[in-house]
Amino acid sequence: MRAPRVLLAGVAGLTLLLSACTTDAPEGTDGAEGSADGGNGAELTPDDQWFDQEEFETQLAQRDIEPEGPEDEPWMQAIDPDWVDTTEFAIDDPEDAHLCFSNASVSNPWRVTGFITMEQQVEALVDEGRIGSFDSSDAADDDNQQISDIQAFVDSGDCDAIIISPSTTATLTPAVETACASGVPVIVFDRGVESDCMVTFIHPIGGYAYGADAADFLVENLDPGSTVLALRILPGVDVLEHRWAAAQQIFADSELEVLGFEFTEGDGAQIKDLVSQHLQRGEVDGIWMDAGDGAVAGLEAFEDAGQPYPVIAGEDELSFMRKWESEELTAIAPVYSNFQWRTPVIAAGMILAGEEVPAEWILPQTPIRDDELDDYLDRNSDMPSLHYAKFGGEDLPGFPEAWVDR
Amino acid sequence: MTAETRPPGGRSASFLTALRGGTGTVTVLLVLIFVVIATQNPSFFEGPPLMAFAKKAAPLVILAIGQYLVIVSGEFDLSVGSLVGAQVVIAARLIDGEEALTFPVIGLMLLFGLVVGLVNGLVTTLLKVPSIITTLGTMLILFGAVRYWTGGAPTGALSENFRVFGRHGLDGVPVIGQLPWALVIAVVVTVGAILLMRSPFGRSLVAAGDNDTAAAFSGVRVWRVRTLAFVGSALMATVAAILIGGFAGVTAQVGQGLEFTAITAVVLGGVVLGGGRGTVVAAVLGALTVEALFTLFNQLYLPSTIQPTAQGLIIIAAVAYASRRGDLRLPERLRRRPDRPDERQLDSSRR
Repeated sequence: MRAPRVLLAGVAGLTLLLSACTTDAPEGTDGAEGSADGGNGAELTPDDQWFDQEEFETQLAQRDIEPEGPEDEPWMQAIDPDWVDTTEFAIDDPEDAHLCFSNASVSNPWRVTGFITMEQQVEALVDEGRIGSFDSSDAADDDNQQISDIQAFVDSGDCDAIIISPSTTATLTPAVETACASGVPVIVFDRGVESDCMVTFIHPIGGYAYGADAADFLVENLDPGSTVLALRILPGVDVLEHRWAAAQQIFADSELEVLGFEFTEGDGAQIKDLVSQHLQRGEVDGIWMDAGDGAVAGLEAFEDAGQPYPVIAGEDELSFMRKWESEELTAIAPVYSNFQWRTPVIAAGMILAGEEVPAEWILPQTPIRDDELDDYLDRNSDMPSLHYAKFGGEDLPGFPEAWVDR
Repeated sequence: MTAETRPPGGRSASFLTALRGGTGTVTVLLVLIFVVIATQNPSFFEGPPLMAFAKKAAPLVILAIGQYLVIVSGEFDLSVGSLVGAQVVIAARLIDGEEALTFPVIGLMLLFGLVVGLVNGLVTTLLKVPSIITTLGTMLILFGAVRYWTGGAPTGALSENFRVFGRHGLDGVPVIGQLPWALVIAVVVTVGAILLMRSPFGRSLVAAGDNDTAAAFSGVRVWRVRTLAFVGSALMATVAAILIGGFAGVTAQVGQGLEFTAITAVVLGGVVLGGGRGTVVAAVLGALTVEALFTLFNQLYLPSTIQPTAQGLIIIAAVAYASRRGDLRLPERLRRRPDRPDERQLDSSRR
């Protein structure tokens, strides 16, 4: 019998293909889904796994705290800093110091923009004689790869300081501790690890503040009873889950009706399709997004359906901000401060010179509102559409070519 | 459906069998899904929502036709997702909002598609690299090259003219409101593919997929028809790229994972992996079914996290059901007898 054999092979192959597809979606968010009959959005109680009331309140409060530091250099500002002494790490010849950077990935435009800014900041520091040279490795979002990257830096013995942008929190913790144990100063930024062995941990306020900025704006600008659709990239990533948890918290206390949430992988075609389908079934008055990728595609769904634009919370990505200006939308651009990519290399220079740094360096994170829109579009007029307005590199060498010709 | 072993006069009979058999299960499944959608959302079958569905489904239909050409000839094309991504990014970068450049750039995209298809085809047929490896390689090469060229963030913008095909249509049509150009293009491509598969070339393609040794003995230049199948697939991916770019514009994720969706669509239509069996219409119905499934999940408010699992179960169930019904088997009189030693030998020398 030949046909069944071919079939078996076909089905087995198909199973492989399918399992290859499904492993991409992280598990462990069932609690936040809501039940099938209630719909995705009826559930407005954040999942305990991703919600920490104390941290939520801290972050909301941090939005209103005046940060310390130079006013026109947000990447040097710190909220409530606790300065630590670093003289034990001071070296005699910082102008020859070699920095090593283990990067989780450059797999999205936000990270690409940030990494360019970091490289240009390195150039500036080398020119000033604050550091000597810089070396980076890219783990392409693979935890195992990043663990071995960090080990390689430690083994080489060439690094005077190690900067780490971890790909995931728990898995990378031992690797960061290994780096600390090697004796050189370690700087962690963006996502954190479950350890405090590093000299400084640099990050903007965080996901709760981001999600709350967006949700607050919708609550303020929509009439009670209006409908809101939430568009999310994917489940299971802490920075994104925190944004949604904060929004759930705020929407639950409001009189808005949340239609549901959809995972889009940031893909424009999926976003446009999902929004179109919601529009077929009824009005959508507001859009909440956990990241701005593809916001323009979502807005086009309204255009094509002949419906008025929604009140929308996007991100400081330029394609969205340009659409915001040209269509005069009611919108806000929450910001996950891209300029944070400058701070780790500056901090490394400070530590190697024995200057004090904050133990937890919390950078400001302020959304862009209507009154600042023109200013930020002006400043970034030459930049490509997937660039982030608050990249903060205007004063660095290579501006603007380095960011334009990426 | 080995054309050469078919007894005289069997031509129309086997065509009828294919119509009754191969496409049966997928048609039932598609109708079933549409019925459930209709109960959830009766307005779905009023003109505009249905046209919106057609607009969204058109690129996958075209990709599935391209993938069908390759699969029925006994190969795979894993590079189409990356190719779609690359084409959209190239178009955005080169056009950069300049209306006058629209058609020259579309020409260039078709040329690029042609080259990628030729490379896939020639490496597979002349260098004898298994197609799953060749196209996996092409997929990675294109993915990496686009990343390198754009630094991970596409630049430029598509022109309004470019976006017309995927986004707009003929306005003011009675009942349906707007007839999307994407639907027109998909129908033209489908009809073209049906005619192609009825031509001598189409028959050679199926013959090569069924048993390339036998096909070669009977005068089919196997390497040539297979290479042309890859070229066809790459050109279809280019057309799909024009529609997808038009539909939603440029994002960094465009095209990701489309190769698997296309293969799923083709297999769901009852086209047998390994080649030699299945029809274009089945592949098109498979593509529509996959898109209808996405729509159905959305209408049912099925949690996004569980959707791939549900999709997987439905596809396996459908293919298993089709095989039990015998959809995927050859008609009795055409089935080769496995106990004939000479035929066994032919079979084992495949590729």
